Amino acid sequence: MFSPASLIRKLGHATVERIWRLGFAARFFVAILRLSGTSFRRLPLTLREIYFSGVLSLLIILVSGLFVGLVLGLQGFETLQRYGSTEALGVLVALSLTRELGPVVAALLFASRAGSSVTAEIGLMKATEQLKAMDMMAVNPIARVVAPRFWGGVVAMPLLAAMFSAMGVLGGWLIGVVFIGVDDGAFWSQMQAGVDWRYDVWNGVIKSFVFGIAVSLIAVFEGYDSVPTAEGVSRAITRTVVTSALTILALDFVLTSFMFRGAS
Amino acid sequence: MPDDILVDIEDLQFNYDGRPVLQGINMKIPRGKVVAIMGGSGCGKTTLLRCIGGQLRPTGGRVRLEKHQVCEMSEAELYRLRRKMGMLFQFGALFTDMSVFDNVAFPLREHTDMSEEMIRDLVMMKLEAVGLRGARKLMPGELSGGMARRVALARAVALDPMLVMYDEPFTGLDPIALGVIGQLIRKLNDALGATSIMVTHDIHESLLIVDYIYFLNGGRVVAEGTPDEIRASKDPFVHQFVYAEVEGPVHFDYPAPSIRQELLAGVTRV
Ligand SMILES: Nc1ncnc2c1ncn2[C@@H]1O[C@H](COP(=O)(O)OP(=O)(O)O)[C@@H](O)[C@H]1O
Ligand SMILES: [Mg+2]
Repeated sequence: MFSPASLIRKLGHATVERIWRLGFAARFFVAILRLSGTSFRRLPLTLREIYFSGVLSLLIILVSGLFVGLVLGLQGFETLQRYGSTEALGVLVALSLTRELGPVVAALLFASRAGSSVTAEIGLMKATEQLKAMDMMAVNPIARVVAPRFWGGVVAMPLLAAMFSAMGVLGGWLIGVVFIGVDDGAFWSQMQAGVDWRYDVWNGVIKSFVFGIAVSLIAVFEGYDSVPTAEGVSRAITRTVVTSALTILALDFVLTSFMFRGAS
Repeated sequence: MPDDILVDIEDLQFNYDGRPVLQGINMKIPRGKVVAIMGGSGCGKTTLLRCIGGQLRPTGGRVRLEKHQVCEMSEAELYRLRRKMGMLFQFGALFTDMSVFDNVAFPLREHTDMSEEMIRDLVMMKLEAVGLRGARKLMPGELSGGMARRVALARAVALDPMLVMYDEPFTGLDPIALGVIGQLIRKLNDALGATSIMVTHDIHESLLIVDYIYFLNGGRVVAEGTPDEIRASKDPFVHQFVYAEVEGPVHFDYPAPSIRQELLAGVTRV
């Protein structure tokens, strides 16, 4: 049964399948870009999707941001205290959030909340022949259904990451200043001095933008490519969450290694 | 007079992954008529409709619609042509995130520059025609199967198409709803001056409303005729279909080696 030949054959088959699917995803991405005219010409279509994916994830983003900030405040204070520089808490919290935690954690949450629901929506539209019906009505489903959802996610993601970071800073301030008693003025002025607009904030925004493209593409692709049955759609949703998480973390490593080389 | 023929199908062939589904279909659908295509489940009826609409490219043969060769058209040309076609999908395929009103308004909003008032009036007329004006605010999930089918019907004819295709409009309906849909299909066809192709396996309703019937089996047309000819037919296939007999030329099994062969194969493999 388990001859080496058959093992190699299976491995090869799985690899070819993956690569083939990756190629399909790339062509799908090009098709979305090519058919994005509708999304911009009929802005309400895209605004609706920004609203849905944004609002869907807003509460979870705000609450998680607050908790992450609270933890950062506690841990940061604990460590900084050893070196007697607790006024640097503001910088520490702000840098951790804008550079890493804001974009990454917000994207992970966004993928599991909004991304999965986009996959489900498109997958179910496919399973119930709504996409075929639309195509027969001479309306391209990629232009009308997929592209607005893709752009909605791309726009919503950086906004959500920003809100996550803002809530995190607030959480760090609550712990550090209000509960532990770090000097309020030092907290903010150190943060202002230590966070560079372009180097830290802007790079963070770029990260969340890239994650937004990745997660949105994965979500719409998995939905569009799902097997049109209840089981197929549920597997597609799982794949969206898993693939998004891996992609976000891998991309984060790549982006970080290009962006932050200890220049300042 | 070739101009009387709206859809002309010649030797149409189609394979799914090398498995032949349509093997040389010939049909002529005259303008203004309601034509039924009948055959057992899985014999390729939906596939045939999707070839006519250009959603599937046949592996051989030709489909002519008006003066267009459907199989040779580009995507853009197909989209232009499809504005003149309506299709009712097997389970309605209503957009579940839109109300009944918005579903029927969808083709109008996508393809015309009409004002919202004009769209409203037109949608009301279409919904009135299918007897569902009162249901315009409901969502598809709140409709019964028969109502959903009627809404989909209103949506399919929203742009006054010249060709309407119905994919099994009767499945899953009670006898009354079935009769209602049947009458609607005939009425709408004549009121719009359209041509209708109806795929179904309900022979009795079809005999009442259509002008011509094709029977498919094994990917080919095996019998055809007007309802009167069909009723009088001595063809064993037609006879089996009309009288719903289990034994006859139609086999209801998916093609497979004989059970004996499979069992023996199983023995040798172990
Ligand atoms: N996407 C597909 N891939 C492979 N085979 C298919 C696909 N769709 C349909 N088939 C096969 O083609 C045959 C005809 O299908 P279809 O046209 O849907 O039949 P009908 O509408 O007459 O019930 C069936 O045997 C079905 O198994
Ligand atoms: Mg079918």
